[in-house]
Amino acid sequence: MSSNLDQLYRQVIMDHYKNPRNKGQLGEDTVTINMNNPTCGDRIQLHLKVVDGKIADAKFDGEGCSISLASASMMTQSVKGLSVEDAIKLAHIFYDMMLGKDYDDTSFDLGDIEALQGVSKFPARIKCATLAWKAMEKGVGNEDEI
Amino acid sequence: MNAQEVRKLFPILHQEVNGKPLVYFDSAATSQKPVPVIEALEKYYREYNSNVHRGVHTLGTRATDAYEGAREKVRRFINAKSTQEVIFTRGTTTSINTVAASYGLSNLSEGDEIVITPMEHHSNIIPWQQVAKKTGATLKYIPLKEDGSIDLQDVESTITEHTKIVSVMQVSNVLGTINPVKEIGAIAHKHGAIMVVDGAQSTPHLKVDVQDLDCDFFAFSSHKMCGPTGIGVLFGKKALLNKMEPVEFGGEMIDFVDLYDSTWKELPWKFEGGTPIIAGAIGLGAAIDFLSDIGLDNIHRHEEELAKYAIEQMSEIEGITIYGPKERAGIVTFNIDDVHPHDVATVLDAEGIAVRAGHHCAQPLMKWLNTSSTARASFYLYNTKDEIDSFVKGLVTTKEYFGHVF
Repeated sequence: MSSNLDQLYRQVIMDHYKNPRNKGQLGEDTVTINMNNPTCGDRIQLHLKVVDGKIADAKFDGEGCSISLASASMMTQSVKGLSVEDAIKLAHIFYDMMLGKDYDDTSFDLGDIEALQGVSKFPARIKCATLAWKAMEKGVGNEDEI
Repeated sequence: MNAQEVRKLFPILHQEVNGKPLVYFDSAATSQKPVPVIEALEKYYREYNSNVHRGVHTLGTRATDAYEGAREKVRRFINAKSTQEVIFTRGTTTSINTVAASYGLSNLSEGDEIVITPMEHHSNIIPWQQVAKKTGATLKYIPLKEDGSIDLQDVESTITEHTKIVSVMQVSNVLGTINPVKEIGAIAHKHGAIMVVDGAQSTPHLKVDVQDLDCDFFAFSSHKMCGPTGIGVLFGKKALLNKMEPVEFGGEMIDFVDLYDSTWKELPWKFEGGTPIIAGAIGLGAAIDFLSDIGLDNIHRHEEELAKYAIEQMSEIEGITIYGPKERAGIVTFNIDDVHPHDVATVLDAEGIAVRAGHHCAQPLMKWLNTSSTARASFYLYNTKDEIDSFVKGLVTTKEYFGHVF
């Protein structure tokens, strides 16, 4: 089995896929965003609770491949507690990582997200990884950027 | 038919992908192109590229002869009565849209019905949704049997005297089902409706005879049958086409143009506005020669054998669901338990094996199958049993690869 493949399906990704964090619904006062990847049928429903410009809570539901679901799980984990501005910054750091560009790894603790680096070697799968992040951006009203 | 010999004519197949010999099992998306087709395109561009139907010069005549010669090849290939019934389009999608926009919009009104099936490709659903919305007609679906095939009883009970158009695919791009379009057409005609056949997945693999099918329209694409992309065909019965208005207006399709009004050329050119897809038509002609030399019956038999062999091997692996009826064309759509089809396709790709993963432009059918997406292996004349062995090995690898996670 190729090492690229092992880089793609790292243990931590499979763990998020198998045991997704923040799966489910949020109560009232939340923004709900439905997004899908029309070319492949992956879909995510993201719930965000934004209080005073901060993402107080995030949960998701969805259907998709290991990469898209693991990425959604990791995304909810890392944007919780961030200001909307920082969450958007982090999304763009993530997009740089997906495109195989040099990315800023000093401003935030990237944590599990960095495990998704291997996706950049699989251009057909980048959209799977970015779906949840695009949904988050839409949810905080940063649609122009999408 | 000797697939090993046939393979030699497909240069693209002789390469390694990710360090493994390429196994191309995505021909239902698009087929590979043999040397005679590539050479026909090259020869046209190198030796006689010129616009058709206008120039008096020698190259113009050569190009026109080749373009119209390709139309005659298509006529023979589908056994149309006349080349006037053979319209070159951009592909199946454009062909169906032409029928919908021209025939559909001007012949349907509130109270009328359009009948299709839930297994259709999006290109045979959305044009009819649009016609229904614009005319007030109702879109109805023939229900499918549990194995994804069509029961003529259900066709009888869905089509009524209000039905004006019935449109069904001849071969399913997902299930491989071969639909009884001739019998469905007879029922449609009995009720005064016209019959449209989506032949995108049948023309590459089965002998098609539009007179025998007695369909009113038949649509197909070149790129799925060894020809170039960007060209396809709309067959229509002359009596209907004569009564229909063009949907694209401009050069090439006119007879006389005045300041405020114009008249159209005769069939088939009134439906071919603009400079046509000359190289594409010539390439399609070469593909038809190539397939006809081998024989569609031989191709069909070869693919049936491959599908049967693949299903036998795959059935031995635990945790694989295969969709579709027993009798099928060379398409095997499947899922592996607990592994998303994208992940299946990525692991197979690492083994040099190209399959399709997703909804296959058939979201209503995915819903019917109660899944969001599937993986699909589709075979063509250049595939072999050895390749299926590699593929089956790849499936086992995929299962093992993800097995340790679950």
